Amino acid sequence: MRNISLSLSNILFKGLLLCLVFCAITAFRLDDKTKKQYKNAESNETCFKCHGQSKYSYKNTESDKEVFKRMYSEIIISRDMFYESNHKQFKCTDCHSEDYDSFPHPGRLRMESKYLCIDCHGDDPKYAKFKFEKIESEFQESVHSTKHSEDFTCWMCHNPHEYKISARTDDKIKDIVAYDNAICLNCHGDITKYQLLTDKVNPNIIKKHEWLPNQALHFRNIRCIECHARVNDSLLVSHNIQPKAKAVKRCVECHSTNSILMASLYKYKVKEGRSKSGFFNGVIMNEAYVIGANRNYYLGILSLVMFGCVIAGIAVHATLRIIKRKNNG
Amino acid sequence: MAEKLYLYPKWVRLWHAINAILILMLIITGVNMQFSGMKVEFIRFDRAVSIHNISGMLLTANYLFFFLGNFFTPNGKYYKLTFSGMFDRLKKQFLYYTFGIFKREKAPFPVTVEKKFNPLQQFTYVVAMYVMVPIVFLTGWALLYPEFVFVKFLGGSGLKINDFLHVIIGFLLSFFMFVHIYFCTIGATFISNFKSMINGYHESH
Repeated sequence: MRNISLSLSNILFKGLLLCLVFCAITAFRLDDKTKKQYKNAESNETCFKCHGQSKYSYKNTESDKEVFKRMYSEIIISRDMFYESNHKQFKCTDCHSEDYDSFPHPGRLRMESKYLCIDCHGDDPKYAKFKFEKIESEFQESVHSTKHSEDFTCWMCHNPHEYKISARTDDKIKDIVAYDNAICLNCHGDITKYQLLTDKVNPNIIKKHEWLPNQALHFRNIRCIECHARVNDSLLVSHNIQPKAKAVKRCVECHSTNSILMASLYKYKVKEGRSKSGFFNGVIMNEAYVIGANRNYYLGILSLVMFGCVIAGIAVHATLRIIKRKNNG
Repeated sequence: MAEKLYLYPKWVRLWHAINAILILMLIITGVNMQFSGMKVEFIRFDRAVSIHNISGMLLTANYLFFFLGNFFTPNGKYYKLTFSGMFDRLKKQFLYYTFGIFKREKAPFPVTVEKKFNPLQQFTYVVAMYVMVPIVFLTGWALLYPEFVFVKFLGGSGLKINDFLHVIIGFLLSFFMFVHIYFCTIGATFISNFKSMINGYHESH
């Protein structure tokens, strides 16, 4: 009996040891992977240690006590979102002052001016395809810039710690739509953020769009900018947000063979692969059906020919009937 | 004196009148949407969509009325196809319409209480009402709720197949409607068949 219980505890002990070794190896591997994938992950951890969560602690040198404080929600950065964002390979101090390495942070750093997209991406051949200069000039013309001057920066929509490119991907259109519309709703669906820039009451999006047939279907399948931004042929995503009076309201702007969706939401996919099946705007049909925009050229011709034949057949038959009736008295 | 046969009971006339109005609305708004973006817009696009959707929904309800009516009343017997000798009967009727009618020949299948449709009528009505109309309203509902359509179907795009079917069958039904209206003028008089849609009595030649 003693031998059995001994061997049992022996097995349990060995099992536990094996688990610990496995966990240690896995943890080491994950850590190693993160380190390899994001070269600045280790140095960024200095910042994430406090800014990656809702509370932080420090040692008060005078009282010699550990003090816990709440981190302001505006300066909490999600590690997960940062390491999925466009800037995931960055070191925090690439954009922020090296002086942030010290704690408490020097008070003068509050006055530190922040970079804008164009400061790094402008005139850089590596990013030429994104046309940041054109985006900048479009933005300057947009209602976001003209109404709010310098208070409205790129970061209002493109949070540098979270933003990841969505239009230039093979993601499903619905996922792109959801991601991009969430950016607009971040302010337009949140009164506290909306009123940072204006004293106006945030309009109720649902009520304002009551005129739109199949509202929910539209909201799920197209981005706000499809109707609220002026299409620019040289840019993949237009940044020239228009005043509400200039928003697209005519259904046929999208629901026609000359659909503006081909120059906006479907632009990337159109460039990647054109439809050769005879469907107007066939690329839309891979993921949606837009009445009026997805006509088939050959079917259109065939239906017109058949319609002509039907009318001609009826006309000939009717004429012969009338002639025969007259002849027969 | 032409013989009068009571062939169209009230419910058939009511269904037919509603069906005619709805099909007309669907054809007009459907063509309007299909050829949207032209210089001349017959009906504003959003209105055309709303009218088309509502008409389609009502057509579905009216179809159920027709289906149940045929199921529970003797009217259903007129839609029962007899396959034996069908081709010969269809040919005979076709030759009458294309040649015999001009020679003032007698109709090969005169209208009786037992058989109110000639073979060509019976065949096209069965195809229209039991094949085409169900396809067109089912694919129409699928266009209203595309999330329920198989994205991939038989290796192709489910949406494309659905769209193809809706548009093709829709067009075929509109051609059927033109021919159907024209053939109504072939009666005892030019307007006798139109009158029977109101009073229920068929006037024989």
